Amino acid sequence: MTAVQSPNRPPIASGHAETLTEHLTNYGRRVAGGELGALPAILGLVVLCAFFSIARPVFHGAYNFANLFTQGAAVTLIAMGLIFVLLLGEIDLSAGFASGVCATILAVLLTERQWKWYFAVPVSLATGVVIGLLIGLLVAKVGIPSFVVTLAAFLAFQGVQLLFLTGGKNISIFDPVINAIENKNMPVWLGWALLVLGVLGYLAVQLLRVRGRTSRGLAAGPLSLVALRVGALAVLGSIAVYVLSQERSPNPPHIALSGKIQGASLKGIPIVVLLILVLLLVWTFVLGRTAFGRHLYAVGGNREAARRAGIRVDRIRISAFVICSAMAAIGGIVAASRATSVDPNTGGSNVLLYAVGAAVIGGTSLFGGKGRVVDALLGGAVVAVIDNGMGLLNLSAGQKYIFTGAVLLLAAGVDALSRRRAAAAGLR
Amino acid sequence: MTATPLLELRGINKSFGPVQVLRNVDFSAYPGEVTALVGDNGAGKSTLVKCVGGIYPIDSGTYLFDGQVATVHSPRDAGALGVEIVYQDLALCENLDIVQNMFLGREKTSGLVLDEPTMERLAGETLQRLSVRTVKSLRQLVASLSGGQRQTVAIAKAVLWNSRLVILDEPTAALGVAQTAQVLELVRQLADQGLAVVLISHNMNDVFAVADRIATLFLGQMAAQVKASDMTYTQVVELITAGRSGDIGIGATTAGNGGEPLAGPVADDDVPVPGAAAGTDQPNGAQ
Repeated sequence: MTAVQSPNRPPIASGHAETLTEHLTNYGRRVAGGELGALPAILGLVVLCAFFSIARPVFHGAYNFANLFTQGAAVTLIAMGLIFVLLLGEIDLSAGFASGVCATILAVLLTERQWKWYFAVPVSLATGVVIGLLIGLLVAKVGIPSFVVTLAAFLAFQGVQLLFLTGGKNISIFDPVINAIENKNMPVWLGWALLVLGVLGYLAVQLLRVRGRTSRGLAAGPLSLVALRVGALAVLGSIAVYVLSQERSPNPPHIALSGKIQGASLKGIPIVVLLILVLLLVWTFVLGRTAFGRHLYAVGGNREAARRAGIRVDRIRISAFVICSAMAAIGGIVAASRATSVDPNTGGSNVLLYAVGAAVIGGTSLFGGKGRVVDALLGGAVVAVIDNGMGLLNLSAGQKYIFTGAVLLLAAGVDALSRRRAAAAGLR
Repeated sequence: MTATPLLELRGINKSFGPVQVLRNVDFSAYPGEVTALVGDNGAGKSTLVKCVGGIYPIDSGTYLFDGQVATVHSPRDAGALGVEIVYQDLALCENLDIVQNMFLGREKTSGLVLDEPTMERLAGETLQRLSVRTVKSLRQLVASLSGGQRQTVAIAKAVLWNSRLVILDEPTAALGVAQTAQVLELVRQLADQGLAVVLISHNMNDVFAVADRIATLFLGQMAAQVKASDMTYTQVVELITAGRSGDIGIGATTAGNGGEPLAGPVADDDVPVPGAAAGTDQPNGAQ
């Protein structure tokens, strides 16, 4: 059989260097083909913010803007962890109460045992790791569906939390370091310094990537695209830092009834924002730039193919649950910091559903194989805006739940429909 | 053509519980040649391939690779020898792109970080070496590829690792006419580059289009392994369906007696079989 070739056609090295317009056209084509990515979440966020800003002008005030971060922080952090599990097509229904248990252990150690925070926090995190290890082993090694394992864990952890907090008591936290996470802000200068550092770092990473590709003879994206990305980050970041650097204290610093100084010149970026951004960077790096992250996507996309490629599938699945529960522990610590206390409802009620909702609204697929850590941030923002805005509208809890449920359904619907669209366009 | 086979199996037996799936099977694959492995459903083709690939341990028999006795207990052992299997269901991750799939499980890293540019360059070079021109971009998701393109990626993945023996399990089963031609062309390319290629197929047209040798399994026994040029279409079909065609194939076990043809003693108890099964391809060395 003779090889029939067409020597005229260009070799497929890796496409030619596309221009900015081509890049944008291709992006438009992908979106039209159903590969929506973060677009629905961003559009939803814009629409919701516009709506609430018009309905309640106080919504877009600096005070409320900062509130959005502190309100959404715990859910966002838990959602970040959940994304690892969702990427595998699994679910962790126990993440909410896992965060509650870890927060409770933290509170017990800090307040009842008088431990220092730097001993209590590692124990709390280790609890999260052990929980994740347990769930992961049951799912990956024993073979129980994650839905059932984590449903059981959901009930059991609720019980564990009640046992720690006998009689439904409330443990207050007095540790200043823990309470500072959600209730203190960075100095204004530090916020600006971090912004400059972030923008420069992003620029450097982008330029290094372009150089790495061109030096190996591969087509790199247009430099104008790099400029556009870095510029967008700089503009959006500057707006956020500027707003958060405004004095937003409704009244000057004063001693509250609890004896603590509250609202001590309320300006600067909430410390929890830094925590979220650092974790966002770390996990984005892990998912996108390491072999572990690649294997996670592979196991979520086609477990059998991953196994045949020599990937230790069980190990990947277990580690996803470990990351999820460890992030839940961090979320629990943040929740405890926000409330400066822990009660049997910490991590309960709608925390888990909001976290799953945040991941899905952000664009992570419940079918596995598709999702990014930043989805948790975007989705978490949507959830926080809804929760916050509806509160400002003085709507009842019932109305809030119904509306949030509708938004979640909408997000899952967008996911399902875009998959169908992508299938029709031959993209999936 | 090279006289020594790259892979040589002698007297392989494999049972699953009471069911003996492979009986005293001899099989050779030569570098630079396409060896077609044919046989009806249940003849043991997949089992034989999985034994070669280290997925199933063999019960008894000799596994010679490059003339040396090799012990293959796991897919990793087989991979270390240079044996790659492209499975029928391809085993690609649709949510990953071509480069990511080709390097899956063996990613190139610099330190902790994935070395994407190097992987992309190597993947591009491999596809070019195989004269693959059907994919537009290496960063396309596999989900967006056609069946033939996926098969191409799966095969390219197998040869990326300086593999020496590539086994293809029904690579054209689900493909259209044009795509089948592309994949067969690729199969030929592999052999022309000096690899030993084993092609499992039910399609006689494909087999005669690319194969240098044809090995026929019949109910767990090697009926014959002969030069493709010495065989006719009809002979191969007879070997597949009856295990015997004229003076080649399994001897008296199936030739005459109607009562339990293969449950009896293993084939090499009968006089004609060792000559037929093991020796047929030797006299034809001059092609």
